[in-house]
Amino acid sequence: MRGEALYVDDLLIDGLLYGRLLHSERPHARILAVRLPSLPPTVTVVDWQDVPAQNQIHIVQDDMPIFAKDEVEYVGDVILMLVGPDEQQLEDLLSQVRIDYQDHEPVFDPEQSQQIFFDYHYGHGEVEQAFAEADHIFSETFHTGLQEQAYLEPNGLIAVPTTRKMTVRGSMQCPYYVKTALVKALGKAAEQVQVVQDVTGGGFGGKEDYPSVLACQLAVAALKTGKPVKCVLNRREDMATTSKRHPSRCHYKVAVKDGLVTAMDIDVLMDSGAYTTLSPVVLQRGIIGAPGVYNTANLRVHGQARKTNTVPNGAFRGFGAPQTFFAVEMMMSHIAVALKQEPLAFKARQLVAQGDMTSTEGRYHFNVSLPELIQRAEELSHYREKRQAYARQSEARYRKGIGLSLIYHGCGFTGNSERDFIKAVVKLKKRRDDRVEVLASNADIGQGIKTTFAKIVADQLAIPLDQIIVNNPDTDLVPDSGPTVASRSLMTVGQLLAQAAAKLKQVWEPGKEQEIEEQYQHPEYMIPFDMERFAGDAYPTYSWAVSVVELELDRLTGTADISGAWGIFDVGVPIDYNIVQGQMQGGFLQGLGYSCMEHLAYSPAGVPQQTSFTDYIIPTAADVPNLVTDLINNPFSHGPYGAKGAGEMPMVGVAPAYLEALEQAMNCGRLEHVPFTAEDVLDRLGADPDRQQAEPDTWVSRERKAAGKPAAQVKSAGGGDPACR
Amino acid sequence: MQMMNEQTGIPFILNGRPVRSLSAPGTRLLEVLRDEFHLTGTKCGCKEGECGACSVLINGRLVTSCLIAVGSIAQQAVLTIEGYRETERFAVLDAAFADMAAVQCGFCTPGMVLATEALLSEHPHPSAEEIRQGLSGNLCRCTGYQALIQAVRTAAQRGAGLW
Repeated sequence: MRGEALYVDDLLIDGLLYGRLLHSERPHARILAVRLPSLPPTVTVVDWQDVPAQNQIHIVQDDMPIFAKDEVEYVGDVILMLVGPDEQQLEDLLSQVRIDYQDHEPVFDPEQSQQIFFDYHYGHGEVEQAFAEADHIFSETFHTGLQEQAYLEPNGLIAVPTTRKMTVRGSMQCPYYVKTALVKALGKAAEQVQVVQDVTGGGFGGKEDYPSVLACQLAVAALKTGKPVKCVLNRREDMATTSKRHPSRCHYKVAVKDGLVTAMDIDVLMDSGAYTTLSPVVLQRGIIGAPGVYNTANLRVHGQARKTNTVPNGAFRGFGAPQTFFAVEMMMSHIAVALKQEPLAFKARQLVAQGDMTSTEGRYHFNVSLPELIQRAEELSHYREKRQAYARQSEARYRKGIGLSLIYHGCGFTGNSERDFIKAVVKLKKRRDDRVEVLASNADIGQGIKTTFAKIVADQLAIPLDQIIVNNPDTDLVPDSGPTVASRSLMTVGQLLAQAAAKLKQVWEPGKEQEIEEQYQHPEYMIPFDMERFAGDAYPTYSWAVSVVELELDRLTGTADISGAWGIFDVGVPIDYNIVQGQMQGGFLQGLGYSCMEHLAYSPAGVPQQTSFTDYIIPTAADVPNLVTDLINNPFSHGPYGAKGAGEMPMVGVAPAYLEALEQAMNCGRLEHVPFTAEDVLDRLGADPDRQQAEPDTWVSRERKAAGKPAAQVKSAGGGDPACR
Repeated sequence: MQMMNEQTGIPFILNGRPVRSLSAPGTRLLEVLRDEFHLTGTKCGCKEGECGACSVLINGRLVTSCLIAVGSIAQQAVLTIEGYRETERFAVLDAAFADMAAVQCGFCTPGMVLATEALLSEHPHPSAEEIRQGLSGNLCRCTGYQALIQAVRTAAQRGAGLW
């Protein structure tokens, strides 16, 4: 507030040098030669030859090079770094570097890609039989686009070498991820690498994996020069070269019998970009959520992440879930319309409930609050009433629409990762002055985790909040309590802190130094998750949300004015009401950006076309609708004070709610992709009926016929007259 | 710091104090503030005048300091967050932003505070639409703006007479 918080770009360090990166200009090529201009003695070149140990960055796998050696795989791949005392001079020199490339054929379309990074299957029941016995079979394909995290502070770090160790500090979500990557790259012992998080200006997933990349590059440079080296990306560089949300294509084939869904056959394809980075885990979360919040007795899910010669896609709030929840919610809505039913009524008849089986043969062990959330959403938004009223509108220039979506967010890591890989540890350190320091590796990136951690510990110990100290994590001081991801920090690590505080209270001795350590225990009720079969409890519990969007469309200009938006959330019990509301509101608005304005695409040469806030448009204060967010209490027995995961969820359900509203307002048939921009609206409204019919997606409702007779294919109007104007 | 020679540099008023910048006249004011005067409360988010993180007030008018050449502000009064935070008006904003939980990651906040000052100077009792328009040049990715809008409204009520 006072401008006193020091972000990495604000730090002054003696003898500091700057590092500037040379990025590939080609999407897929062999490097034949690197031609450098004559360099002043103060400038050092750093490339793959300077990497002391492994020239691959450990993320999940180790396939992304620190510096490209022979091959570049996307426009933006880092070839070398110039290091020197004057940033402008480095930029000038970089512009004079010439690379001789031998181009290979790049692949930009994941459908065409032959390189499958990850391929998963799971399912249960008798899918073929369910389709054979169905009254109707619907199939449709959905697409979602790239999305840039657009944290206000760009990525940036400083590597500081000393005789004993390498210290890397700056903007990040996961200090121990960075540390592990550095240990592997530098070939150093763990105690010779220190990672410190500085005040971080937003992350949203964009500072989950990328800081490991920049940290390795800077540490190699610092090792070579023996000086501290800083690199803060400029906005265009950050947008053009760092991870984004995976674009997706989801194909759904759904069987309906007696008015209920009896089977889903789902095929999900995610565009991984040039390297694997976080794609396996993003894909896992995406496909586990693919059947949505509905009981599906017969299920078959196939998911792939394929390589393209584009920026590696990574983590972004929701982590695969916004893609598949968008698809399944649109699918369910479209089926309802085809069956001449109101979408919410159709969905509500087949919701999962406590005790039901999850998509992966686990259990919903706890109360599923969707009926309560729907009721609250109805009270606030009058969804059903408006939905009916807007269906009777005339074909005027201005038309209204309202849409609603139902989603969950699986809290914490997928599967057994928390138990098998993270093994979180926290400590509480009581000082002689009876102040208590929280030692955990979770980073405050604006989500307020320092505040909520402190509140939990203070309350357990029954001491004032100002007696609790929470510093930014430093791997020399804090144990590894895992990364700041997956809506896990408060639920999982907060619970460990609550337990540690309860223990400390038992042994509390005034005026004495005391330390308590607490380790993660996998909840006993969980059905172990089999990663091969995707079977078992994928998550310890689920948070739930209903999102409603109401809009008025100007069919002449294609612009939609969001006249109302409601987000009703079950995050268990909020530890800090204001913080949770802030998360819900911020996440909801990112969801609206994803729905209608945040468009990012590559040129035919593989160059990102939107790399600044001038052309990649995120919502401003003037775009904010009358957003109402509300919380219900649904305590989680294994979370601190009943809290569950919160941060990611508000993002997940907005796009399908927006598009369902837009569909109603356009009255022009089914919509199947986001972002759906004003240009898309005009394009669709102006499309001639013949062109619409020629679209590749088939939308067929198959009437059930007597056994042995081929089924008739009946084209369904799907809720709109193709002549839209 | 820099030489206070009448003949050298570009003279301007920085947070109420006469100073001279020895940077080249074409240097961005943002860089002059951060690198020459070490006032790092002004943040760099895009250097293209789009995000508003580098907002400062020049003669009371809100500008993005990344698009201002220091040579163009001779004799003018620049107010940054470091100067503004010493004022009574800031104290009102500080409390309102805290009470409404309008700060998350904090990176946009100094610019947002100065945008609020400019807004309330023009509209001491702003309507909801005036608040939205007044903040619309400053991007925030964390809050969804709801808490910010509430904070401005609260500050306008509590600070009646100050603006």
